[in-house]
Amino acid sequence: MDARFPWFILLAPLISAVLIQLFTRQSRGLSATISVASVCFTLLASLFVFAGPDGSSEIPWLDFRPAFYVPIGVTVDALSKVMLLVVTGVGALVHIYSLVYMHEDESEARFFGNLSLFMFSMLGIVLANNFAMMFIFWELVGVSSYLLIGHWFTRDSAAKAANKAFLANRIGDFGFMLGILMVWTAFGTVVFSEMEAVRDQLSLPAVFSTIAVLLIFCGAVGKSAQLPLHVWLPDAMEGPTPVSALIHAATMVAAGVYMLARVSFLIELSATAQLIIAWVGILTAVMAALMATQQDDIKRILAYSTLSQLGYMICAIGLASPGAAMFHLFTHAFFKALLFLGAGAIIHALHHEQDIWRMGGLSKKMKWTFLTFTAGYLALIGTPFFSGFFSKDAILLAAWQQNKLIFLLGLATAFLTAFYMTRLFVVTFLGQTRSDAASHAHDGPARMTVPLIILAVLSVVAGYGFISNAALGHDLAQQLHLAHDAGGAILVMILATVAFIVGAGGGWVLYKGQTKDPILIPLFKNKFYFDELYAALIAGTQDLLATIARYIDQWFIDGLLVRGLSGATWATGFALRFLQFGNLQGYAFLFGLGVVATIYLLVFR
Amino acid sequence: MTLTLNHYLLVSGLLFAIGFAGVMLRRNIIIIFMCLELMLNAANLSLVAFSRFNLVNGLPNYNAQVLVFFIITVAAAEVAVGLAIIVALYRARQTTHVEDINSLKF
Amino acid sequence: MSPILFYFFAALTVVFALAVVANRNPVASALSLVVSFLGLAALFVGLDAYFIAVIQVLVYAGAVMVLFLFIIMLLNIRAEERRKLNLPAYAGGGLVAVAFVTQLWFVLQKFEAGKSAFPAMAETNVDDVRHVGNTLFATFNLPFQVIGVLILVATIGVIVLSKRELK
Repeated sequence: MDARFPWFILLAPLISAVLIQLFTRQSRGLSATISVASVCFTLLASLFVFAGPDGSSEIPWLDFRPAFYVPIGVTVDALSKVMLLVVTGVGALVHIYSLVYMHEDESEARFFGNLSLFMFSMLGIVLANNFAMMFIFWELVGVSSYLLIGHWFTRDSAAKAANKAFLANRIGDFGFMLGILMVWTAFGTVVFSEMEAVRDQLSLPAVFSTIAVLLIFCGAVGKSAQLPLHVWLPDAMEGPTPVSALIHAATMVAAGVYMLARVSFLIELSATAQLIIAWVGILTAVMAALMATQQDDIKRILAYSTLSQLGYMICAIGLASPGAAMFHLFTHAFFKALLFLGAGAIIHALHHEQDIWRMGGLSKKMKWTFLTFTAGYLALIGTPFFSGFFSKDAILLAAWQQNKLIFLLGLATAFLTAFYMTRLFVVTFLGQTRSDAASHAHDGPARMTVPLIILAVLSVVAGYGFISNAALGHDLAQQLHLAHDAGGAILVMILATVAFIVGAGGGWVLYKGQTKDPILIPLFKNKFYFDELYAALIAGTQDLLATIARYIDQWFIDGLLVRGLSGATWATGFALRFLQFGNLQGYAFLFGLGVVATIYLLVFR
Repeated sequence: MTLTLNHYLLVSGLLFAIGFAGVMLRRNIIIIFMCLELMLNAANLSLVAFSRFNLVNGLPNYNAQVLVFFIITVAAAEVAVGLAIIVALYRARQTTHVEDINSLKF
Repeated sequence: MSPILFYFFAALTVVFALAVVANRNPVASALSLVVSFLGLAALFVGLDAYFIAVIQVLVYAGAVMVLFLFIIMLLNIRAEERRKLNLPAYAGGGLVAVAFVTQLWFVLQKFEAGKSAFPAMAETNVDDVRHVGNTLFATFNLPFQVIGVLILVATIGVIVLSKRELK
């Protein structure tokens, strides 16, 4: 197969996005068809690429060699292959699902156009062979995410959530850009393969490499919603549920993890940075899990769960185990997309009711949704022999081998995950129906349930060796095997299982048959007051800056520069106008005097 | 006694000083104009003197003479325009005395 | 040029220049200026600049002076009546002129190169019209063209200024 083939994967969604935005916005059906066709094509092409050999091809873009060279290139290797499968696979299912979910929406065409734009940008990140190109698509992903979160922009909260997501990402991306520039300066190239080749010949100061790695990590903090920039992800649930499933669970938020795995050779340069990354990841995991235990909105619970799982992946990156991180990314993409789509099916059936306390007893009304959701639930909480069990285990094992404290926090997160997901599961599906809408709920049509079933099957089996090894490729799978053989594997597995049993059992006992929340912890319910803290911080800083700016404006700019300059000009003019006495011969006299004085100064002095 | 360059330069300087004194002393704007012409010609004289003094290949430096030619041309144009302005001024003010023309002040 | 001729023409030039300034009647001033320019042209001849001398006579003594006289008559300017002596003006003008000449005198005292006689030319009968023309059209062609434009502009300017009623 030709090395240029991956370009088609990139072009198909772009063509679809352009067609929809420019020509078919009036026709909802046609737009949806174009978008779905493009994503199906990319899925097929990705499967071909996956089966084919590794390779790369590039087009020179900014070519000022030897000073400066930025290509636009695609690279196909084990890492991008697995990511391609995740993005196009989940993408295709979400597109098909959206056909039903968005059917009643008037701006369906715009939705599908933006979805195609997102697919284009995300695939760009996946295929990029250099930092500059990745950054461009990184920003494009941010834009399409903004557009999709704000799809229902007439709703105030959606518009605000879109802004919030965009701004939080901007902060991270600023650091990311600085990091890229630092690395570019040090390595003299942005192409990943060339950077890897010259890495060992460089001896960078430890401080430099630490700062550079942490700045690059900033990008991942923004995109993958880690502490302290995690605040945007729960609010991003204002977007349509398929968007939450595709972007804010399976792909875009995983882009940060993918990027870090892609540049893991850089991260290895700084042990300090690795430690910081690991700690940020695990703290995000724990805190997000704690917040999730007290949420009532079904999508928000899943959003905090996503945060928590992303924390796991980032932690694995920090523990120098990109294999474990990518493994978890791979399995998580399926079961979290499944959970979101399941939640979407419930929300759709209940006419946009999202409060889990107004659901209940849905297991009988929505059989298919219930079954598939159960599969995703079991996979997420790490039930033995479901996919999430294996990948979570790989991360916990890496933590056990390197840092026992991080391992304990990881174990606590596993327990909390089991607890809050059981709470969600029990309250939503079991017990009595607690609202009118819930009692009339029923399964969606086949186009909605078939993606759920496919994802459910994948959620169950994706963790098994024959699939994961094939998907991750030889190198990453090898890494996992080595870690597995390094010791502690059995112990970690037992501890994880205990955490799962305690968490799930505790949730079951506590929430079975409840009609309202038996425990209330305001700190968790209010998300550790992060939003309030930021609001106060930003408002305070803004007030201070504004006050300073006002004084500068009033006294320095207005007073000294504007009035001072005009005043000085006026005074000088006033003094000088007495020289304009209007007598021609007087002027001539002064002129002659000047000439004589000049000659005197030049010649005689 | 032989003639030296300084003789010519002195004559040129005298002409210039006379012209300048005329500009300063006379009130009739036409006379002032004539004095300006005197000053221009003083400059011409020193140019021609230097041209003759600094021979190039045994010949005067003709660049200087061409410059004199240009000065004469520009002076002629200047006289034409200047006298036209004087005529226009006379029509407006009925005077050619510079002391009566002093409105260009604050 | 013999020194005697030089002193004669130099004196002619300077004296009639003084007459330009001193004469109260504008017509007398103008005619003095003609004589002064003729003396100057003679000095040019003494410096072997025949072409410039001829141009001097033709343009200044001819065209420009006719223009001056024409304007004097057109405006019907009479001799200035005696006015009260403007002492500050006389003192100022005289001061500057005298200071200038004094400075020039000292400069010339220091200017050793200028104290030597004029060097002899390679040949006595130079056709300097050909040389000036050659320099003018070969080396300074562009300035020459620009001068042409300048004269055109001056012509238009004079016509505009002379129109009695400006709209």
